[in-house]
Amino acid sequence: MTTAIQEPLQEPQERARTTRVGDAVFSRTALGAALLVVGMLAGVAVFLVAQGLPALEASGEQAYGKPSVWSLVGPLLFGTVLSSVLALVIVTPLAIGLALVISLYAPRRVAKPVGYLVDLLAAVPSVVFGLWGIAVLAPRLVPVYEWLNSWFGWIPLFGGPVSSSGRTLLTASVVLALMALPIVTAILREIFAQTPTMHEEAALALGATRWEMIRMAVLPYARSGIVAALLLGLGRALGETMAVAMVLSATGAIVSFDVISSANSNTIAASIANNYANAAGLKINVLIFAGLALFVLTFVVNFLGRYIATRGQVKA
Amino acid sequence: MSTVIDTDTQPVDRLEPLTGGTLPRIAPVLVGVCSVALGVLAWLLGLGVGGAVVVAWLAYLVGITGWTRAVEGSRQSTDTLVKTLMWTAFAVAMVPLVSLVWTVVARGAPVLTPQFLNDDMSGRALLGVGGGIYHAIMGTIMITLIAAVIAVPIGLFTAIYLVEYGKNNRLAKVITFLVDVMTGIPSIVAGLFAIALFIVITGDPLPRVGIGGAIALSLLMLPTVIRSVEEMLKLVPDDLREASYALGVPRWRTIVKVVLPTAVAGIVTGVTLAIARVAGETAPLLLILGTARVANWNPFEGPVQTLPVYIFQSLGQTTHFKYGEIWTDRVWGAALFLIIIVMSLNLVARIVGKAFAPKTGR
Repeated sequence: MTTAIQEPLQEPQERARTTRVGDAVFSRTALGAALLVVGMLAGVAVFLVAQGLPALEASGEQAYGKPSVWSLVGPLLFGTVLSSVLALVIVTPLAIGLALVISLYAPRRVAKPVGYLVDLLAAVPSVVFGLWGIAVLAPRLVPVYEWLNSWFGWIPLFGGPVSSSGRTLLTASVVLALMALPIVTAILREIFAQTPTMHEEAALALGATRWEMIRMAVLPYARSGIVAALLLGLGRALGETMAVAMVLSATGAIVSFDVISSANSNTIAASIANNYANAAGLKINVLIFAGLALFVLTFVVNFLGRYIATRGQVKA
Repeated sequence: MSTVIDTDTQPVDRLEPLTGGTLPRIAPVLVGVCSVALGVLAWLLGLGVGGAVVVAWLAYLVGITGWTRAVEGSRQSTDTLVKTLMWTAFAVAMVPLVSLVWTVVARGAPVLTPQFLNDDMSGRALLGVGGGIYHAIMGTIMITLIAAVIAVPIGLFTAIYLVEYGKNNRLAKVITFLVDVMTGIPSIVAGLFAIALFIVITGDPLPRVGIGGAIALSLLMLPTVIRSVEEMLKLVPDDLREASYALGVPRWRTIVKVVLPTAVAGIVTGVTLAIARVAGETAPLLLILGTARVANWNPFEGPVQTLPVYIFQSLGQTTHFKYGEIWTDRVWGAALFLIIIVMSLNLVARIVGKAFAPKTGR
């Protein structure tokens, strides 16, 4: 600390002034950066609203052949929610199983490398997931879809006719689920790790089996955390663009409950990515309006997730 | 916690005691072998491989649970059932993840030659052999670096404000909330924002500029950076700050010389992870970067190519009757290289986090 020795040599008054100036500059910079963040977000909101609102007057050709922008965005919202909810249904048991095995069942020397691998997979870019979905997953799922259609065809979801390429909404949902899996698992592991070890050991010492210990000590503690983790995963799936845009061969803005046929609903994000190239004029406003709708939807879901998470923390 | 209390008040004798026989240790193996045999039988009888696996799995599930129930009682059999289901979920989750990594490595590795990495796509609009991803690698590095240069200082100072100056005042609360909102911005919406911004700035109806992509990425990076730096700064013990103030060190020097050095490992880790995340982003760049076939070092003019966008755009060509195959090769090669970049950034982040973690002595 050479400065400590040098400083007494300065004039006291001068030192006080540099201190004051330094502090003022530094705190103003920090405040400025914080306000800049507020400004950026306000900028995004203002731009999206200002550029999105003109879309309300779009119709016909400009609204991609729909009478109004609402009849375009409505079905797209439906497709977005349907694919994300299906992804959530798929990811829930897998993530809970994976997280419980890693944190409670597997021996440490298996659990550590596996946990590490899952963390690394969270970093795989979505475009690579999309690529794998088309090349590997979609063709393998076709026989599964045929089986689903022949046995469960009476459920509207599997009404068919089965798409021969396998590039359906359900395939997109499976890819979305796999993309959300590492993140949801990571959050769940953190939550399971927060269970007091005392509770776990006490349950085992009282003669509970492993599952009874999980049911009585771990799950009550983790309940709100699990819901929050799943909602955050849902928020991610809702906004995901590339995997859906690549995997899904979409028919456009239609409402279709059938998730294994070749007539598929599209999602907002994917339809923006697909339609952007040939958009001009009012069409851009229409796309921005759709983006705004997606933003509002993800915001609500994320907010709900965080709210439940913080409420759970207070209780615990 | 109510569940725990409920079970406490249950009469003790409602739970069946665990005193009974135990299965031989070899039991899972025995049941496993029988199930595999059943699966093979099903396969011979004409079920597909998938069907045979399902049959074998069901046989194992029923077999091991039933046997445990007969010997050890219902509580143990529930335990076994759940355990088997957990491991099944684990296996089902791991198969696609491993398959993904395996496919990309197996199909991408033969393509990754020095020539592929050093060549660009000049003169190969759709047809033509050879070519490479040099321009896309350089574009990815340039755009990601510019995004980091924008987002890291802003994020760092915002986090400093939140932790050191804001201390739960109203502005800090508002900013924390807004950062939460920002985390939820879908990447494609960030791209839409960038393009709407540059339509206004340049007056060009279809602007193609690198800096626009960098702004979209920095928008996605900011919340991650702020969050991780904030967490790290909060971990710095207040004792250190107070000791520094007591020695007469002004606040800003305390932050620069005491707080930041203590937290530097975590900050570097968080920032690197944020960079790794945006390096793989496609959607926001798709709209504003356009298509380039040679490296463009000028972020303020003309289209730029990045690896993820290159992969997405090349995918459209893989169905070409004659050149489809070479496009397929290019796609997988680029995908493998992108994964290598992102994974090495992740590894660096984790190693930095481990190696330079402050020794708090606790």
